[in-house]
Amino acid sequence: MDWANAVIQGTLLGGLYALFAAGLSLIFGVMRLVNIAHGDLIVLAAYLGLTVSTALGLHPLAALALVVPAMFAIGYALQRVILNRTMGGDILPPLLVTFGLSIILQNGLLTVYSADPQKLQAGGLETASISAGGLTVGVLPLIVFVTAVAIIGGLQWMFYRTALGRAFRATSDRQDVAQLMGLNRAHVFGLAMGLSLAVTAVAGIFLGVRTSFDPAVGGSRLIFGFEAVIIGGLGNLWGTLAGGIILGVSQAIGGQIHPGLQLLAGHIVFLVILAVRPRGLFPKMED
Amino acid sequence: MPEPILQIENLDAHYGDFQALYGLSAHLDQGEVVAMIGANGAGKTTLMRSVAGLLRNRPEAIRWKGQAIGRLRADQVAALGIALVPEGRLLFPSLSVEENLIIGGQIGRRGPWSLDSVYRLFPVLKERRHQQSTSLSGGQQQMVAIGRALMANPELILMDEISLGLAPVIIRQIYDALPGIVGEGMAALIVEQDIAKALSVTRRVYCLQEGRVALQGASASLSREEISRAYFGM
Amino acid sequence: MQVTRTSPLSRAAMLIGLVVLVALAAAPWWAGRAELRLFGEMFLYMALATLWNLLAGYAGLVSVGQQAYVGLGGYAFFALTMLFGVPVYLALPLAALGGAIVAAPVAALIFRLRGAYFAIGTWVISEVFRLIAAQTPALGGGSGTSLPAGIVKTLAASRDGREAAAYWLALGVMALVLGAAFAVLRSRQGIALTAIRDNELAARSLGIDIWRTKFVTYVLVGGLTALVGALIFLQKLRISPEAAFSANDWTAFVIFIVVIGGIGTLEGPILGTLIFFALRETMADLGTLYLIALGVVAIAVMLKAPSGLWGLIRARTGAELFPLSYRVTGLTARRPAPSKD
Repeated sequence: MDWANAVIQGTLLGGLYALFAAGLSLIFGVMRLVNIAHGDLIVLAAYLGLTVSTALGLHPLAALALVVPAMFAIGYALQRVILNRTMGGDILPPLLVTFGLSIILQNGLLTVYSADPQKLQAGGLETASISAGGLTVGVLPLIVFVTAVAIIGGLQWMFYRTALGRAFRATSDRQDVAQLMGLNRAHVFGLAMGLSLAVTAVAGIFLGVRTSFDPAVGGSRLIFGFEAVIIGGLGNLWGTLAGGIILGVSQAIGGQIHPGLQLLAGHIVFLVILAVRPRGLFPKMED
Repeated sequence: MPEPILQIENLDAHYGDFQALYGLSAHLDQGEVVAMIGANGAGKTTLMRSVAGLLRNRPEAIRWKGQAIGRLRADQVAALGIALVPEGRLLFPSLSVEENLIIGGQIGRRGPWSLDSVYRLFPVLKERRHQQSTSLSGGQQQMVAIGRALMANPELILMDEISLGLAPVIIRQIYDALPGIVGEGMAALIVEQDIAKALSVTRRVYCLQEGRVALQGASASLSREEISRAYFGM
Repeated sequence: MQVTRTSPLSRAAMLIGLVVLVALAAAPWWAGRAELRLFGEMFLYMALATLWNLLAGYAGLVSVGQQAYVGLGGYAFFALTMLFGVPVYLALPLAALGGAIVAAPVAALIFRLRGAYFAIGTWVISEVFRLIAAQTPALGGGSGTSLPAGIVKTLAASRDGREAAAYWLALGVMALVLGAAFAVLRSRQGIALTAIRDNELAARSLGIDIWRTKFVTYVLVGGLTALVGALIFLQKLRISPEAAFSANDWTAFVIFIVVIGGIGTLEGPILGTLIFFALRETMADLGTLYLIALGVVAIAVMLKAPSGLWGLIRARTGAELFPLSYRVTGLTARRPAPSKD
């Protein structure tokens, strides 16, 4: 039963990882940009949630209503003011600029909030669970997983059935020609980053409710998101969900074998998949 | 006499260190169909890209209905009523045929062109509307590219080498549709390698050579010899 | 007319460099203990920066995980001396060898990733190393271990002797790294690297084996980075997974040094290290604010002057201190051809 529970926990954890990864995947799909500061932005969202919920006495999940639009605005501004200037063909500028951003964010959060671990209090939700057939499933992890599926489904729908999605796909295909269609590339990229950070906001709040966080954990969140994207295959949002689940389950099983092995197991599975299937399990695009 | 709708005055264009256009001047009147011919590298595509806003220039070098548009971005130029059918079609591979057309109309200008009217012009596209745009034949892709530009209901359509890589029968088909395309008073600037075709559908012609206008005149009255000389720079 | 690689400036610079090197070698006699330590730290950062620059500025491999090799070198050194009784002066080159040997399969794996994904991949590797180190009880597990006094004493007999030895090792490693980088860049391999730096596609079309060039560079850099790591932790006398694989210490600072100094040139990392330490001495205790300021400056440099400070100097003056580029000298002025029309 322990193993079955571990697999279930891992699967649900995979939902959270998929949320970490969805924003990353979206940006890469539209702009070929990889945001090294992505993990730190997840943590930023968690801290914003902390400030909002303590200042206004809101439940963290209610704080989403404020944090999501705030992060959208931050993403849009970030893209238009700084990141759009790095979007030439060279790989160095976006990489080094987002790296610098990561350092600034980490240390900025450190300055404002100190290094003390924090947690978002979700009350009874954190311990509530459902039992069935000897298996126990936490309500919160279930909510996270369902939200992840819903968000990924929503993003897919947006991408393939709306004018915005068309604009994203066209701009990603041929930036110049998309401009001919009246699409302002700077604005489209801004919207993409805004959307990515909006998704990241959800990921951050869920992270904060689920475990304690501090300014330094951004790096590992980025790595988990990145591993989910690579395992699942570039350019495939559902693949990213699968990648997250595989990662979560690997970690859970590793943790069952030996507590110290938990994170290592995930990395090893990632490296093995990288070795035998370098393009991921369900790739849909070239990098 | 009414002002030309498009006035190009002393246009220089550069790609980095390389200069492609040298003080080029030309104009188009409302509803006129003008040809632009010249050898490869003469600067025809550079001129098209400049007018469409993909290349930045001095503001007054290009005037559209009197407004200086040389420095505007391509999306701003599109909103003013200029549409480009780019060289090589350049359809969006991630979009279906219909989506390519729809996004052409993204700019939201009013006019006679819509999905229905484009499908009437090129019925074969309606059959393949949900197919991935790049899976179509060359001629059909060209129809999509033209339809995509028309969806913006432009007042000036720029066609860059629409016969490139197409079989003669397809080229004829597309050019037969041209009167239907430019019918409603739309101006058109047509870049062509096929000189005879270019002269047969236009009233005036410019011949470019190494980034300059080497010859201009009425399509009907220029002699073969004059054109060869201008084309090859002899 | 002839083709030459040196210029009057580079000849002067090489001469001055030699003099400076000799003066630095004599430092234990004219500098105090604190200064020796500071210089030693500078040398090691200069080495790390030069190596990172070789990887990112020339081979186009932007790694944010070089701390993997710093830590690997440190742990290899501790393991060799503590667990296998290898003499200190032998353990250092062996640690370098270990770094290179590990770098080879790592490269084969992560070269499947490109661009920024490669960068994150290097970070994953460093995380894996860190986790493995934390799970190795023989080397102290999660809390790390200290270098026994007995081993430290084998460096030299006296305290002053040991300070001098550590200093000379640092100076030697820096000279080795600079020399190696210079030698590589002057060789055929180096020309291939410079071509890759300038335009990878064009380089490939010229028949340069991109993969092999990058692979060799990565392995070489891995080995030398491990050497620097071994030295760093020999000096610190203590190692732990957190310190050994710290991204802040061994990657963030290094990247900022290279970006601000000038990426893609040999002079850049040297200049960057000098600036970095000058700033650090004057901004000493600002901690996180210092890092934030560095981040802002690095971003500004990347957006406004992507070739860094040395890049600006070189653009203005064409100066080059290391004789690397080919120049044509002895051309006489000619009248321009008359224009047509």
